[in-house]
Amino acid sequence: MRRRWTLYDPRLAWLLVAPVLLLLIFFLVLPIAVMAAYTFFTFVTAGVETSALTTANWHEFLTDSYYAGFLLKTLRVGAITALLCGVLGYFPAYFIWATTFKHKWLLLLLLIVPFWISFTIRTFSWINILGEQGVINVALLKLGIISEPLPMLYNEGAVILGMLHFLLPYMILNVYVSLEGIDRTLISAARSMGCTSAQAFREVTLPLSLPGLAAGLLLCFVLAAGSYVTPQLLGSGRDALFGNLIYDTIMGELNWPMGATLSIVLFLVLGFFAAIYTRFMGMSQIVKGLGG
Amino acid sequence: MKARRKEEGRWAWRLTGFVTVCVYIFMFAPIVATVILSFNASMFGGFPMTGFSLQWYGKLMANEPVLAAFRTSLWIALVTAGVTTVIGVVTSFALVRFEFRGKQALSTLVILPALVPETILGVGLLVLIKAVDQPRTMLLLVLGHILLAVPYVVLITQARMVGIRRVYEEAALSLGASRFSSFREITLPLLIPAVVGGALLAFTISFDNTSASLFWRPAGVETMPTQILSMLKISISPEINALGTVMILVTVGIPLLGGLILQSLTRLKRRDEPKEETR
Repeated sequence: MRRRWTLYDPRLAWLLVAPVLLLLIFFLVLPIAVMAAYTFFTFVTAGVETSALTTANWHEFLTDSYYAGFLLKTLRVGAITALLCGVLGYFPAYFIWATTFKHKWLLLLLLIVPFWISFTIRTFSWINILGEQGVINVALLKLGIISEPLPMLYNEGAVILGMLHFLLPYMILNVYVSLEGIDRTLISAARSMGCTSAQAFREVTLPLSLPGLAAGLLLCFVLAAGSYVTPQLLGSGRDALFGNLIYDTIMGELNWPMGATLSIVLFLVLGFFAAIYTRFMGMSQIVKGLGG
Repeated sequence: MKARRKEEGRWAWRLTGFVTVCVYIFMFAPIVATVILSFNASMFGGFPMTGFSLQWYGKLMANEPVLAAFRTSLWIALVTAGVTTVIGVVTSFALVRFEFRGKQALSTLVILPALVPETILGVGLLVLIKAVDQPRTMLLLVLGHILLAVPYVVLITQARMVGIRRVYEEAALSLGASRFSSFREITLPLLIPAVVGGALLAFTISFDNTSASLFWRPAGVETMPTQILSMLKISISPEINALGTVMILVTVGIPLLGGLILQSLTRLKRRDEPKEETR
C-alpha cells in the first residue's frame, strides 16, 4: 500500500540528502567508529596488527608521560593562539563594523582573500620574513643593528605566529558577524542616556558580541590544536604538536593501533571543548561564522 | 570633563585603527615578500634582491613533477567542485524546504567535517580502508575532498535558500510545472550566486588541501600542496617562491574573476527586470 507522495514528502527529502548522508557515514562516522575499535587492536610489528583485543595502547598512552606532555603542549599552544587571535582579531572586526569608510567591502574582501591562498604557501612565506635571509634579518643586518642573523624560525614562537596568520581571518569574521547582528539603536540609546562611548562599548557592544568572540575562540583553538602543516614547516622537531605525533606514528612507525588511539584521544579532547561550548552557546554561531 | 572624555574616545578609535592596519600588514606582508622574491635573480630564496629575473618561472615550467602535481590538483579540484556543488545544493534544498525526522542531527553532522581536525579525518579513513583491505585510490582522495568541501557549500547555499520564498516554486507547480523544472526554472536561478560561491570555495578547498591529502593520496601521487611540502624539505629555493606566486594567481584570480563576472551579470539582469526581490 504505497501512500501518495505529498508536496514536501519526507521520503523525497531522504532521497535528496542520500548522497551527502552516505558520504558522511562512510567517510566520517564509520572511519571514526572503526578507529575507536582499532585502539584495542594488538600491534605486532610495523604495519602489522591483529584483532586480538588489548588495552595495551590505552595503557601506554595513559602511563607514558611522553604522550601526556605532547597533549598538554598542544593544548597550551592552541590556547595561546586562540587568545592572541581573540585580542588581535577584535580590533579589526570592530573597526570594520564601526567605520564610516565607503569601501567597507574591500576590507572584508581582504579578509576573505587569505582563505583562497594556499595554506602551505601562506605558511612557508613566513620563512621569507623570519628566516636568516628573511626581510627582518636582512634589514637589521644592513642597518648594522645586529651582526649575526637572529634565529627567529623553527621555534614555538614561529609556530604560533604561523597559526595566528591563518586563524585571524576566522576570528575577525566571526566577531564581525556577531557585531553586525547588534541593533545599533541600542548603542545610540545608551549614549543618549549619558553613557560615554567607552561605557556604551563595555555595557552594550562587548557583551552582545561575545557569542561571536566565543565561537571564534573555539574555532581557532580546535584548528590550532589539530594542525599539522604549521609545526612541520615553521617549528623544529621539538615544536611538533599532536597532529605531527599522529602522522609520525602512522606514516613513520606504521603503528596503526597507537596512531588510532592518539587520533581518538585528540578527537575526544577537542570534542570535549566543543561540547562545553555548545552547551552554553549552541551551534548556530559557529554556523554563521563558517558560512560567512 | 566632557572634552577629556571625547579625547579618550578618539584615542581608543585611533588605537583600533592602528591595530587594524597592523593586522592587515601582518596578513599580507609574507605573501607580498614571497611574490617579490619570486622575481629575484639571486640563486638563494631570500633577500636581498640582486636583480629582476623571470628565470625561476622558466625553471618552473620545465619542472615535470611540479607540472604533473599541478595537473593532478587541478582535475581533482574541478571534480570536487562540480560534485560537491550538486550534492550540496540538493542537500540544502532538502534541509530548508522539508521537514523530516533527524533533520537537526543531519544539519549538525554535515558541518562536522569542517570542525574535526584533518589529521583525525585522514587517519580515520585510512584505518577504515586498511580494515577492509582496500588500496588508496584516486577515487578515495576525491571523495575525501568532497567530504571536506561539503560543509561550506551546504552552509553557503542554505543561507541563500532560506531567503528564497517557497511560494515562487509552489506557484510554478500549481501552474503545472514538474518538480524538477520548477527547481530548475525558479529556485536555481535565484540561487546562482550561492552556487557559484560554493563551487569556487569547494575548488580552493580541494586545491589547497594538504594534511588530509598526505594521508589519502595513492602511493606515488603528489598534489600541488604535498609537492610543495616535499620541495620545502630540501630547501627554500626561489623556484618555490615562483610556484607560490603562480598558485596565488590561480586561487585568488579565479574567484575574483568569478565574482566580477557574477556581479556584472546580476547588474545586467537587474536592469532587465527591475523588480527582483528575494527576501
